[in-house]
Amino acid sequence: MSDQRPYPDEPAGPFPEPPRSFTDADGREIELRAFAGESEEREGLVEMYTQFDPGDRAQGIPPAQESRIRSWLDTILADECHNVVAWHGEAAVGHATLVPDEEAFELAIFVLQEYQKARIGTELIETLLGYGASEGARKVWLTVERWNHAAVELYRKTGFETSDAESFELEMTILLAEPK
Amino acid sequence: MKVLLGLGQGSDAASVLERTAERTVAAGDDLTVAIGGPGSLASVEELEARARETLAEFDLDASVRIVEGDLGSRLVELAEQGGFDRIVLDGGDRSPMGKITISSTVEFVLLNARTSVTLLR
Repeated sequence: MSDQRPYPDEPAGPFPEPPRSFTDADGREIELRAFAGESEEREGLVEMYTQFDPGDRAQGIPPAQESRIRSWLDTILADECHNVVAWHGEAAVGHATLVPDEEAFELAIFVLQEYQKARIGTELIETLLGYGASEGARKVWLTVERWNHAAVELYRKTGFETSDAESFELEMTILLAEPK
Repeated sequence: MKVLLGLGQGSDAASVLERTAERTVAAGDDLTVAIGGPGSLASVEELEARARETLAEFDLDASVRIVEGDLGSRLVELAEQGGFDRIVLDGGDRSPMGKITISSTVEFVLLNARTSVTLLR
């Protein structure tokens, strides 16, 4: 079955590609790198998600127990997915992922509590879209809980448009421009 | 307790049927299975055959029926007319990412049912 979601007419981009670094709003030096499949990177993400505040969970992810976190990461860190991780020194503090869904990709982004509201989410999502576009991704969709205004605003600012407002969760889509 | 299990196309039918059958046997409940679309009639009939098979395995004498039209609204209607105590639905659909998603059937039943609703995860 092909993707029936409406996508914006105008492609968005170009977005920046990893690796990049920037100073966040709290003066911390943050590095954004594409996930390369190293076991240290994976362990860094397990560490980040075991610290994740359950109140920031969305639609059941990230899972709570370490064993479930690991099997969930196996799914979203698979070769056909695209992942960008935000590092503060040795610690993973943010993660954004594109998981294939037929011809499109589903997007999700997570930032550790004490690193939120510091512009990391904005930089991370733009860099993931830049990375995805360079890997051939064009259609990207996501769902977000309607009361999560901060997230909805982030997605809108990035170029996502609402494609389905009739379900429990809001669905949004973006069409990525081909990189020059 | 009178239990109405709603089974749609998106459901993980085998697991939902087995878990409900186990629970029905353990609790001595009175079970009715309502099967509906969206989806082709052939796949609805396939689901029905599967439901009868599972119920037979558990030696359960439950009624199985195909409902036409919107599954969510039909379930709510059936539950009211038939004096059911509970509606059971598969609530564990997940997106490629692993996010739990609420189907339009589940949403309608949650908002409109006057009985308790159980979502199987």
